[in-house]
Amino acid sequence: MDLVTFGVQLLNAVQYGMVLFLVASGLTLVFGILGVINLAHGAFYMLGAYLAYWIATYTGSFALAMAGGVAIAFVVGLLLETVFIRRLYGRDHLAQVLLSFGLILSIDEAREILFGKDVHSVAPPAWLAGSFQLTDNLSYPVYRLAICAFCLVVAALIFLVVTRTRIGMIVRAGAENREMTRVLGIRFDVVNRYVFAVGIALAALGGIVVAPVSTVFPGMGDGMLILSFVVVVLGGIGSVAGAAIGALLIGLTDTFGKVFFPSVSSVLIYVLMAAVLLWRPNGILGRREV
Amino acid sequence: MMPRWLVPLVLLAIAAALPFGVSTYYVQFIGKAFIMGMLAMALNLAVGHGGMVSICHAAFFGLAGYVLALMSPGYDPASLVLTLPVAAAASGFVALVIGALALRTRGAYFIMVTLAFGEMMFFLFHDTDIAGGSDGTYVNAKPEIAIAGHRLLDLASPLAFYYVVLALLIATIVLLTVLLRSPFGHALAAARDNERRARSLGFPVYRIRLTAFAISGAIAGVAGYFATAQFGFVAPEMLGWHLSATVLVMVLIGGLRSVTGPLVGALVLIGLEEVLKASTDYWKLAEGLIVILIVLSMPNGVRQLWPLIFGATGDAATRPARVPAEANHV
Repeated sequence: MDLVTFGVQLLNAVQYGMVLFLVASGLTLVFGILGVINLAHGAFYMLGAYLAYWIATYTGSFALAMAGGVAIAFVVGLLLETVFIRRLYGRDHLAQVLLSFGLILSIDEAREILFGKDVHSVAPPAWLAGSFQLTDNLSYPVYRLAICAFCLVVAALIFLVVTRTRIGMIVRAGAENREMTRVLGIRFDVVNRYVFAVGIALAALGGIVVAPVSTVFPGMGDGMLILSFVVVVLGGIGSVAGAAIGALLIGLTDTFGKVFFPSVSSVLIYVLMAAVLLWRPNGILGRREV
Repeated sequence: MMPRWLVPLVLLAIAAALPFGVSTYYVQFIGKAFIMGMLAMALNLAVGHGGMVSICHAAFFGLAGYVLALMSPGYDPASLVLTLPVAAAASGFVALVIGALALRTRGAYFIMVTLAFGEMMFFLFHDTDIAGGSDGTYVNAKPEIAIAGHRLLDLASPLAFYYVVLALLIATIVLLTVLLRSPFGHALAAARDNERRARSLGFPVYRIRLTAFAISGAIAGVAGYFATAQFGFVAPEMLGWHLSATVLVMVLIGGLRSVTGPLVGALVLIGLEEVLKASTDYWKLAEGLIVILIVLSMPNGVRQLWPLIFGATGDAATRPARVPAEANHV
């Protein structure tokens, strides 16, 4: 493998990892604050991609698709929290798993009613549609670079909010010791609702961002859900920094696995997960206590 | 009111007489429901009795189906006596390996890890061309028991198939009942109810749980073997986590503390699916909403599960489920 090809694969790995981070950080936030394990997270990734397709088709604007998709997902998140998720706080994980499984079935069918089950593609915005010519027969799409840059900005925003703002302080305190935080007068019913909506919006944002580089298809949420879980297991539940490490590790493993060991590449990330479980059962940045 | 001991006998008599009262379609349908019931009971050994919420039992179920498919010689029937033990052992072994890794974790981690390893099995058969890749593969002839070319049992007959499944269903119930009443079963329940206490009493909690998980996987494999034999077809979807979650719904409907509850749950859910499929195109939407309703409307039934998963620590019902550190020290 020459240097240029290596560079291209490295960029792909990072881009993949960044999108994975967007989605998984939503999952880990919701788990860390609400204590709810949400299997329907992947369904919102899928929904985001379909919303992007739908809005982009009608308006012709990718920017509108992005803003509209995220806004719709956020509102749906607020509604779902109020109607369903709220009733899960303090319930066991089995109830959470099954309720969110019920949500998946419903969301899948709602998607089929609204958008059908066809496979679609979404055009990237015109000003990002080109590609860089690297060598005579190798080029790299500008949009993929834009994904990297965009995800970096979002990731930086998430870190800033979590580590530097009052809201982030509440979020961290809630993840650390919920009872104590509540005693200090933090209204978790409000915090929960918005954290859930933000988590859902991040999943949808992930789906919207990748829509132009991958196809939009009904089962896309399932694969993403599993990968997000692996990211969270690798990084440690509730840790945003852990999610970043886990996501990049998976991006690298998957991309270079496909290059070097194509026959077993789909199993490699699980081997990675098994190794981390043997080494640190609570994740790389998880608290060490079993 | 009939005496308690009579109830299972009456139910058994009804099940045995059923093929003479209904059409072949329903004999096969009930057979399918029984197979799913077997899978649900196997899963409940891990979930209800062992306190391990696993979402990868479809992987054990489907793996046994693939073993049957790979061991079937072309268009001739495979030998039941040879292939069934191999299939069950394969599922049990994979359950042992996955369980050995997953049981290093607790609570939500365990759920995520089992889900991920289950999907690994799915992708193993989906992405490689071991047996037809994503298209799956056919089992052209149903397995049989034959001695020196003489057929003793041929599963191709729907009636024979039904009775074999019924016999295995009863065997599963007996096996699970005996297992749960044995010292092993009590130790498993003790580890579920209070892991720390069980540990300090000297029980090898990890090993007990792992054994239960592997047995549960092997029984799931037996169910998957017969499901594949019945459909004559196996595809990666059979290993997918949607099936695992559906079986978990069956377990929840039927109740977690009993042996036969999940069987009832399987019959109810499969019957419900049949009705919904016949009455609406959007049956999945209806099923999803019903699942949500069941989860939300049975808070007390479901809350009993809390100590199953985390051990009894104080007023656990009022405590939110989240921080792994908390879940881990109980």
